[in-house]
Amino acid sequence: MAQGLGTAARAQHSRGSGTALVPASSVSFRAFFWLVSLLLSSLIWFIAVKASDPQDERLQKGLLIFGVMFSVLLQEAFRFLYYKLLRKAIEGLVALSEDGCSPISIQQMAYVAGVGFGLMSGAFSMINLLADALGPGTVGIHGDSQLYFLTSAFMTMVLIFLHTFWGILFFHGCEHRRWWEIAAVIIMHLTVSGLSFCNPLYVGSLVPSYLLMAAAAAWAYVLSGGSAQNLRRFLLCLRSGASPQPGS
Amino acid sequence: MTELSAHLPQFQHGQLTENFPDTHLSNTNDNSERRRHDNSERRRNDHAESETNGQPQNNIQQVVEQDEEEDEELTLKYGAKHVIMLFVPVTLCMVVVVATIKSVSFYTRKDGQLIYTPFTEETETVGQRALNSILNAAIMISVIIVMTILLVVLYKYRCYKVSSCASFIYYEVFKTYNVAMDYITVALMIWNFGVVGMICIHWKGPLRLQQAYLIMISALMALVFIKYLPEWTAWLILAVISVYDLVAVLCPKGPLRMLVETAQERNETLFPALIYSSTMIWLVNMAEEDPEAQRKSKNSTYDKQAPASQTQNEDAEADDGGFSQEWQQQRDNRIGPIESTPESRAAVQALPSNSQASEDPEERGVKLGLGDFIFYSVLVGKASATASGDWNTTLACFVAILIGLCLTLLLLAIFKKALPALPISITFGLVFYFATDNLVQPFMDQLAFHQFYI
Repeated sequence: MAQGLGTAARAQHSRGSGTALVPASSVSFRAFFWLVSLLLSSLIWFIAVKASDPQDERLQKGLLIFGVMFSVLLQEAFRFLYYKLLRKAIEGLVALSEDGCSPISIQQMAYVAGVGFGLMSGAFSMINLLADALGPGTVGIHGDSQLYFLTSAFMTMVLIFLHTFWGILFFHGCEHRRWWEIAAVIIMHLTVSGLSFCNPLYVGSLVPSYLLMAAAAAWAYVLSGGSAQNLRRFLLCLRSGASPQPGS
Repeated sequence: MTELSAHLPQFQHGQLTENFPDTHLSNTNDNSERRRHDNSERRRNDHAESETNGQPQNNIQQVVEQDEEEDEELTLKYGAKHVIMLFVPVTLCMVVVVATIKSVSFYTRKDGQLIYTPFTEETETVGQRALNSILNAAIMISVIIVMTILLVVLYKYRCYKVSSCASFIYYEVFKTYNVAMDYITVALMIWNFGVVGMICIHWKGPLRLQQAYLIMISALMALVFIKYLPEWTAWLILAVISVYDLVAVLCPKGPLRMLVETAQERNETLFPALIYSSTMIWLVNMAEEDPEAQRKSKNSTYDKQAPASQTQNEDAEADDGGFSQEWQQQRDNRIGPIESTPESRAAVQALPSNSQASEDPEERGVKLGLGDFIFYSVLVGKASATASGDWNTTLACFVAILIGLCLTLLLLAIFKKALPALPISITFGLVFYFATDNLVQPFMDQLAFHQFYI
């Protein structure tokens, strides 16, 4: 029975270590889901391209735009699938745990899901560019924009942030059955992708994207339980519940 | 003892096993989120049963079940930790391989082929090339099968004399990096490197160091493969070997399974040099296993093409391991960990079972065969070397392999027996490689060209 007690003691200890690992491993699952969605959408695009005339520039561009939109929709669909999966997992964890409360909350998972998605999409967008940036060359030597790398970097960053916030919003919407939140996420995603069609008119794509990101950030913050109060207290480094210092 | 052994899942070449001393219910680790649903229902039933049984007779059972449940949760949590502990070395190995491929051109030059793949791929027609690569793969696989069977037979009849020498492979390390150095320094460094590697793998040594050595060895091995296997052959071999792995481990008459069972009966460790362990547990028992382990350990050279390596091997040999043994080792080093892991697990498990029970469950580990490391790295390395999508493809294969590993660990937690770690990961990896290279790459290219973002 000493063994039993020992295991009980260790159970306490292990719960802490166990919970930290669930998000870590789910990031890779999330990345996988994004990858699959990308695969499917490029499959569709590829088929469409093969079936069409390669010489027609406008058609090709049109097909590309179609591919982008389709890909956005697929990504959101996979986000939803991932949400379903996570729900089941958390139910299982709750059933498994001793005191009936889940070791990890759905909000944490939403955040991690968003981060995983964002990281994967950012990595795929940027990594070839980064590899090319090492090599010899001149940016924009053929008359294209010279800010290519810079704007790509900013755009990727805004997309990663947006994915993170969208994850939180999306999961919250699914949890509380607020379909308009989900619709808002999808529309935002379509908008941001659509804005990128303005490139290389960067002011048309980057500025609105950043504004959208700020809006999504505020919304996600509020949904996660934040408030102006909390923010103020955090910024002023006050303990929660303490009265504000005079003069700060 | 036997009861304990019955609960021990075994590891084999890339098969993962976990140590669940007390659990009877099927267990899942944190990554097995999908399956947990089914398991949770079962557990709920068990919970309900234990709650409704209020009689004293069942109290004991209740306590036992509670212990089991606690253990299950423990293994659940620790299972996740061990998954992560496996992620890190696999990732490291792949990173090392990719970095080397990218930076050192030696590995992408065509310098000839291994003798095991005699058919060249530089042929005129596609059909010819396909035929040649199939033949190459067939030859390689049959060699591997023969070697595995030979190993099983030898093990069954307790022929433990095996040679071990590691120094030569480290020579390759320095050669590849093309660092300008004088011979004396090189010789000294290689010697130290080799000796320390030998000591910490076959004898006692800090776990981290041992893990680092195993990772380096796997990376080197993978690099050799990448260099000397022509393209189509490599993909074919990867595919066939995962099928073989599946068959060899799961079929009742499979050689690897027989090896596992034999080892389990004898409660012996196997080839510490061929398995990657995420825990220290078997080091604790190393002292007792030493004579056997040392006899069975093998760290023979990986360089196939240089005959000099053979002679050097034999020179440095303490044992009398004959050529066939060495050869076999080389084979084993490629496919090797298959047999090793389950047995060392068994040994670890079977050893002081009472002390084991009271030991910190933190030390229950997951073991992965070195062959798996090698083949994962081969896949990712080949992807980075030859793909037109370059980094995208590499990244996709990397994620696919990690997910495959997750799923395999998940299945391991569910089935609790020796499982092949190769098939799922390699399948995902191959699918993603070809899909990314041919489908995603043009799409992303066009997107980047127009600076569209999805």
